[in-house]
Parts: sequence; C-alpha cells; structure tokens
Amino acid sequence: MAWLTRFANLLRGRRVDEEIERELKFHLEEKREALEASGMSPKDARRAAAVRFGNYTLQKGRTREMDIAGWVEAGIGDARYGLRQLRLNPGFASVAIVTLALGIGANTAIFQVINAIRLRPLPVRRPSELVMVDRMPHFMTAGNYRSRNSAFTYAQYRAVEGSARAFSGVLAFGTTRFNLNAGGEAKYAAGLHVSPNFLSVLGVAPMMGADFGAAYERPDCGGGAAIVSYAFWQREMGGDPKAIGRTIRLDGRPTPVIGVAPPDFTGLEPERRFDVAVPLCEDNLYAADGKGAMFYRDTWWLTLVGRLRPGWTIERAKTEMGQISPQVFRETMSERYPADVAKAYLKNRFTLAEAGAGISPLRREYGDPLWILLGISGLVLLIACANLANLLLARAGAREREIGVRLAIGASRARVAGQMLVESLLVAAAGAMAGAALAQGISRAMASFLGTEDDPLALRLGLDWRVFAFTSVLGLGACVLFGLAPALRASGFAPVGALRAGGRGTAGGREQNRLRKALVVSQAALSVVLLAGGLLFGRSLWKLLGTPTGIQSKGLMVAIVDAGMAQWSDERKQTEFNELGAGLAVAPGVEAAAGVMFAPFSGSGWNDQARGDGMGGELKETWFNAAGPGYFAVTATPLIAGRDFERGDRAGAPRVAIVNRKFAEDIFGGANPLGRTFRTQAWAGEPEKVYRIVGLVENTKYGGLREKFRPIAWVPLAQRDKGNVGDGVSVMLRVRGPMGPAMEGVKKALERVSPALSVEFRVVDVQIGRTVTRERLMANLSGGFAVLAAVLSTLGIYGLMSYTVARRRNEIGVRMALGADRARVVALVAREAGVLVAAGVVLGLAGALALSRYAESLLYGLKPNDPLTMAMAAALVVGAGLAATVAPARRAARLDPSEALRQE
Amino acid sequence: MGKNKNDILQGTLTLLVLRVLEARGALHGYALTGLIQEASAELLRVEEGSLYPALHRMEQEGWLESSWDMTERRRQAKFYRITEKGRRQLEEEKESWERLTKGVARVMKFA
Repeated sequence: MAWLTRFANLLRGRRVDEEIERELKFHLEEKREALEASGMSPKDARRAAAVRFGNYTLQKGRTREMDIAGWVEAGIGDARYGLRQLRLNPGFASVAIVTLALGIGANTAIFQVINAIRLRPLPVRRPSELVMVDRMPHFMTAGNYRSRNSAFTYAQYRAVEGSARAFSGVLAFGTTRFNLNAGGEAKYAAGLHVSPNFLSVLGVAPMMGADFGAAYERPDCGGGAAIVSYAFWQREMGGDPKAIGRTIRLDGRPTPVIGVAPPDFTGLEPERRFDVAVPLCEDNLYAADGKGAMFYRDTWWLTLVGRLRPGWTIERAKTEMGQISPQVFRETMSERYPADVAKAYLKNRFTLAEAGAGISPLRREYGDPLWILLGISGLVLLIACANLANLLLARAGAREREIGVRLAIGASRARVAGQMLVESLLVAAAGAMAGAALAQGISRAMASFLGTEDDPLALRLGLDWRVFAFTSVLGLGACVLFGLAPALRASGFAPVGALRAGGRGTAGGREQNRLRKALVVSQAALSVVLLAGGLLFGRSLWKLLGTPTGIQSKGLMVAIVDAGMAQWSDERKQTEFNELGAGLAVAPGVEAAAGVMFAPFSGSGWNDQARGDGMGGELKETWFNAAGPGYFAVTATPLIAGRDFERGDRAGAPRVAIVNRKFAEDIFGGANPLGRTFRTQAWAGEPEKVYRIVGLVENTKYGGLREKFRPIAWVPLAQRDKGNVGDGVSVMLRVRGPMGPAMEGVKKALERVSPALSVEFRVVDVQIGRTVTRERLMANLSGGFAVLAAVLSTLGIYGLMSYTVARRRNEIGVRMALGADRARVVALVAREAGVLVAAGVVLGLAGALALSRYAESLLYGLKPNDPLTMAMAAALVVGAGLAATVAPARRAARLDPSEALRQE
Repeated sequence: MGKNKNDILQGTLTLLVLRVLEARGALHGYALTGLIQEASAELLRVEEGSLYPALHRMEQEGWLESSWDMTERRRQAKFYRITEKGRRQLEEEKESWERLTKGVARVMKFA
C-alpha cells in the first residue's frame, strides 16, 4: 500500500520533512564524531563528513520523493499558481467563467427537465418492476373519455387484474379534480380515483393513518374516505398531527381523511402532484347520474399499472398481454356498441410500457423537443469552448516568454502543458459550478413555462447523481476541448525563438494562427446552424400565431360554471344552463354572452360519426359542440349563410344544427348544406338522430392552433340529450374594457342565480397561447441560444481580427509607406475575415440542412430546408462577421506608417 | 522522480541492505553505511547520502520497517528492521544475483 502512505504523507508534509532532516543530521553527526575521534580537527571533520555524504539537498529531496506522492504535490502547486494567474487576469477569468457557466447552465437545466420526466425513478419499492398497460396502434375507444393518460375502462381493469399472470398486483387510477370551496370562485385540488391496492402495489406505506383496505374493493363502498398527500396535509390542514379522522370537503361532500402519504410520494405522474386520493368506488358519489364511471363499459378513465412478478421480463409480459387481449375485450365490451363499433373494439390489443420513471403525458409531448434543445445547447457550449480556446491561445502567445524561460531552465514540456491544463481545469470547475447554480433557476423557469397557473407542473428538479455526473462530464469535456490544444501548443514551441524575438514572429506563430482561424470558422458554422434552428422555430411560431382561428379572440373570456353543488334536478339544470347566456349578457362590463358546451381551445371535445342524407351511407368522423342563442355573434365567427341559434331552438322543437365550411365540404361535397339533413350513429337499440342544417359558418379551430380545420357541427344547447347535460356549462363572454370588472360582474350575477354555483374564468387569448406552449418553448429557447451563439462568435471573430491586425502592424505599415491607401488596408483586413466567415457559412448551411429534418415534426407552415430561413441565418452570420471586423479594420487604417515602422 | 544512473549498483545496494539487516537485526543508517563499506570497499564511497532514498523506498515497498530508538550513546536514531516481505525479496534478489554473476563469470570464461 505504498501509494496510500504516500498520499497520507501529503497531509503531513512538514513532519515528513523534519523526520528526514533528523535522520540525515544524525548520520552527519555520527560521522563527524567518528572522524574527530580518529584525530581530525573539528572543522576538517565536519567538512569531510559532508563530502562523504554527498549532495545533501539532492539526497534529501530524493528521500522525500520516496515518501510523498510527488506529482500530486506538483498538481497542488500548479493549482495555486493557476489561481494566482487567474487572479492576476480577472478579465480573462470572469469572461471565461461566465461563458462556460452559460453554456453548462443551459445544458444542465435541460438535462434536469429530461431527468425529471424521463430518467428519475419513482420513490417507490423496486420501481423497475412497474409497467404500464398501454394501447397497441389503432386502438378504438368509443364512448366517454375523461383522463389525461392512456385510459381504460373499469371492466377492463377487472379483467386484466383477474387474468394476467405476469403481475403480482395491478393498480388503477383515474385523474380528476375536486373543488374544495362550497361556492363562489372554485378552488381545485388535484384528485385521484385509485384502486384500494394503489399504495400497497407501489410499496408505499402511509406516513400517518391507514391505507384503504379490502372494504373499498366493493363497488358500493360508499362511505367516503380520502388519503391526502403530505403537501396537502401541510398546506390545507396545517400539518395537524390529529388530521386522521378530520373531514375535508370534496365538491361539497364531507370526506374523512384516513391517511397521509409520505413526503416524497407525489403520485405516479412525475410532473404533477396529487392532493387527494379517494377509492374508485366513490366515483359514483360525484356522478350526476349516481352511477359513475365504474358502471359504464364505455367510459375510459383508468390508467393501469402492474408490478411484474419476480422472474418476469417486460417482453414476456407483453406476449402474455397480447394473448389474453382477445378474451379480455370480448368479456368487457359495452352492450351499447352497434355492430361496426363492436368489430373495431374486438380488434383492440394491449401492450406494456416501462413505468419505473412514472407515467408522463409531458414525456410524450416534450420527449423529442427536449432532446433537440439539449443538442442545441450542446452546440452553444461548443461555441463557448471555441471562444475560450481562442482566448487561451492568445494568452499562450502573450506568455511565450514566460513559458520559454521555464522550458529553458529545464521544465519538461509535459510539466508545462500540465500546468496550463490545470489552469483550464480551474476555469472549467468554476464554470461548471456556476453553471449548475444557474441551471437551478433555468430549469425551474422552464417547468413554470410548461405549466399553467391552474395546472402547475411539479417536476422534481433536484440534483441527483445523474445531474451531477452530467455536469461533471460536461465540465471536463469542455476543459479538454478548450484547454488541450492551447496547452500542447504552448509547450510545443522552441524556447530560443520565444526568448529571442520577444513574443513576435515566433516559429509557432503561423501554426497557432491557423488553429485560431479553424476555431473561428467552426464558430461561424455552428452559429449558422443555431440561427437556422432558432429562425425555423421562431418563424413557425409566428406563422402559427397568425393562423386564422375563425373567432375574434381579443376581448373574449369564458366563464366555466359548475353547478355540481347546487343540488339541481336534471330539468332545472337544463333550463338554468339555457338561460345563463342571456342572464350574463346583461352583467356589467359584458357586451354579449352565449352558453357553450366546450369553449374553443379548452382541451375538451365531443366527436361522433355522421353521414349526410342523400350522400350515400358512409359515416365520417365529425366534431360536435353545443351552443346557445347568438353564440356566433359573440365569437364574431362569420356566418356565410342561414342564421345563428335563436331562442326558438328549444327542446322538443325539431333538431337543428349549424355546420362549418369544412363540414359542408366533407359531408355534402361542398354543396350548399342549408335545409339539408344529416344523421349521427346511434347506440345499439336507439334510433338515429336527424339534424336539419339552418346555418353555415366559417371554419374555426376546435382544440389548438396547429390543427387543420375539422368538420364541426353545432347543436343548440337546449336540444342536448338529458344524459349529455352534465353538471356545468361554459359561457362565452364578449367583454367591453378590462377583464377584471367583467369577472366581478359575472360573479355577482351568478350569486344571484344560486350561491352554490362556482365559477372559473379563462381568457381565450391565453387559452390559445397555451395550445402552442411547446412551439413557444422551442422558439424562445432556440432563439435565445442562437443569439448567444451569434454574440459569442462575433466576439471570437473580433478577437481574432484584432490579434491579426496587431500582428501585421509592420506589414501594414510597409504597405502604407509604399502607397497603399486606407481603403486598401481596410479591404486587406476585411478579405481575411470574409474568407473565414464565408467558409463558416458554407459549412454551417450544409450542417443546418443536414440537421433541420430532425425538427420537421415540430415545424408549422415551413419545410425544414426553408430557403428564406437559411438565407436569413447566413446573412445574420455574415453581418455579425462584418460588425466584428469594422473596429479592427479601422484600427489598421488609422495606423501611422512611420510609427509602425519605427517599432521594427 | 530522479532516475538512477546505475541500476546494477542500485540493485546491489538493495541486496546488501537486506542481507546486512537480515544478519544483524535492527540498525540505523549510519551503522548500515559502515557495515556495507566493510563488506564492499567501493559501493558507498560515491555518496553515503544515497543510502537514504534507497532505505525510504524499501520501507515504502514494505521490505523494511523502522522506528526511532536510542543508540548505545544515548542518541535518537531511526532503526530499520527487515520484514517478512523483505526476507522473501532478499531470496529473490539473491537468486537473480547468483544468476547474474554465474552468467557474467561464464562470459568472462568463454569470451
């Protein structure tokens, strides 16, 4: 274990020194005495002893090296020296560290988000055993739909749980929200409906209180019980140690709390935290029809997660799921499906997906964009490294003398290069640390950007070993990238030249200059790639925001009214909801109002199969909505022909519909649809519904800006089926002036209708903005990175050109003395810069064209090789290059030839 | 780390130190010098000080162990002893030394 003691001795260097000193001194003393005893004079004896001993300092040093790991000690020395160098050069040090911190911070932040939604395992027992039941492609889900994730019916859950041998347990959960307030403005808690084995399958024990037991397995459990999250317990119950048994109000219903989950468990979705979990069997308590989702075999609401039995791989389990699928779907089919729907249903197949890192809708939507952003920020880091390498090369040039002296007095080249690398390492370490700190802010800003006020994302962005490893590798990689070449270069030149010429025109100069030029070319190329990316995403977003929505969204607001706690009968709900539009139209601040079932861009929807009478029997996928009288006047959607909804379109009157242009094209082949009828597919045993078209409106977007116009049919709110009325309605409000007073007016008006009504407001422009969050994220971040890249590259070109002009002072002086005018001098400098930038632009365009196809799926209205975008990117880099050259070129042109020559 | 210009000399020095310590028990550096000089007239004439890096290296290798103790003349000195590992090393070095001298002797005879 020699190396171990050697390292240990590092810590007691001085004691080791003293001990060696004593040992050697003892030897000299003994020798001297022996010699004196043999008759020498004391003086001669001392000298003779020293002569016989040899070179005392050398032997002492060599003895010491045997005891102490010398290279480490040298490294510490280098680090001290490096620190001193950096302190002497605060400008260089701070530029270098800030540049690196930006590069590393951006990368780390994006990695943290990826880590949180994709890599980080859930805080549950053996997360790698968890798998999620997923759908094979072409999975058919006719019926009602109410969940964020890939959802299944309760009957399917029971069948999978009963027949799959792959799992030691299968849990199910559905997402919902509970209103904690009893009226007025709603205050929502994130809710889960969970199978009673939810926590036990995950291997999570309640921190306080009890888990749901077998009593909650029965469909009629009814009693009411909730397990709340730690955060909810802290926030809403004040961390009460006697919280167990206290009741909370969920949608107005008092529910006893039976348990509190442990602090680190926030549910199975990594980007969300649950507040309250209630058993599946309680769903019927909140259902308008008293039956709830468990009852229906065509209500899709549950996510299924199983724990693989020991010894089962996910592949083996997938095979089994495929095998049991036909039987499961036969057994669980809704009796309401007509024949063709039933046929499609029976073709459904299950598959499995890993769920150890949780179930994340965000992962599906942002998986690719985040990797692309990581790639982009990686390129920014490369540019930053190129800049630093250039700076270091310039410094190495300035330090040629110092290094020459060190080489001349016997330092080895490896030692000099090592010393330079240690300096780079210090800069890299400082940059990585600052970057990691910066990343905490950036990643949190990204998370809040991706979430919304009423649906905030709760990503676990903390530092774990993955983030730490990522940042360290980044820092080290950067150090090697920017530090290695200058270090090798610095130790590679002849000391004689450096000492002789005083730092000018040395042997290494030309080669070093070539390296610096190559760095600038690659910076320009990378900038073109990044600018092209930023422009593609930016222009995509611009186009997207400019697409017609079919409504005048400015000044539009939606009031989402919930009557779940008003205890109204179905008939009362129907009448009240029909009247609400007219009632709110007279509220202060409101210009016009109309009820609507699904406000546009709300994320909810209703689709069905329809066919036009007289157009053959083919059913076509169609989107539906329901609206009150005057709806199209409120949204300012142009009415092409026919009429808006009126008060006369009431229940019992013949069914009417207003359709959009796309509907007329799809269902009636573009013919005038006014007065014609269409019918929708009926459930088994029910008659088909027939609608007469009374109006034709311009196309409008249904769920988001990106979508193509869909065929839409609107029916009057008042003519909806009783089962389709639900607990609430939205009211579209055209607001005069600011939104705030209008909200107050609407709240007061609703209170007069019933104090048990609760309401939420949405500004339509904001809603529209949210449908393009992903595009906005890409545009903002890639644009920001592109600007950063351009600035860094401009600095790089400026640095190189300034250096070149300084180096060519004499040559320029001679040229001017021989008659070159200023314009020629400027051209001389500009030509040199132009060649570099042109080379960079050509390389960059090639790179951009090769890489941009990876972004194709994220673009809107643009091809990835869009020529205008490419030209803009190239022009911007050329412009940046010109801007960077102006100052050095003018400096060259202002040179006084006589002075420049005198210095020779 | 300093390179030794005479590896054979260095190897011989190790062998001698181990051999002497094996025969005489604990000794301090100065005593060792005397004994080695007795045994070989020339080896340490060069520089007595070069014994010490060798001793410290051998201690790091685990062939020797050391402790501070009193000499007969009541002085503090660092005493070295051979360890079990050192004895094994000595056997090895002895063998290779014998091989070497035999080889050299044969060359001298037949050349």
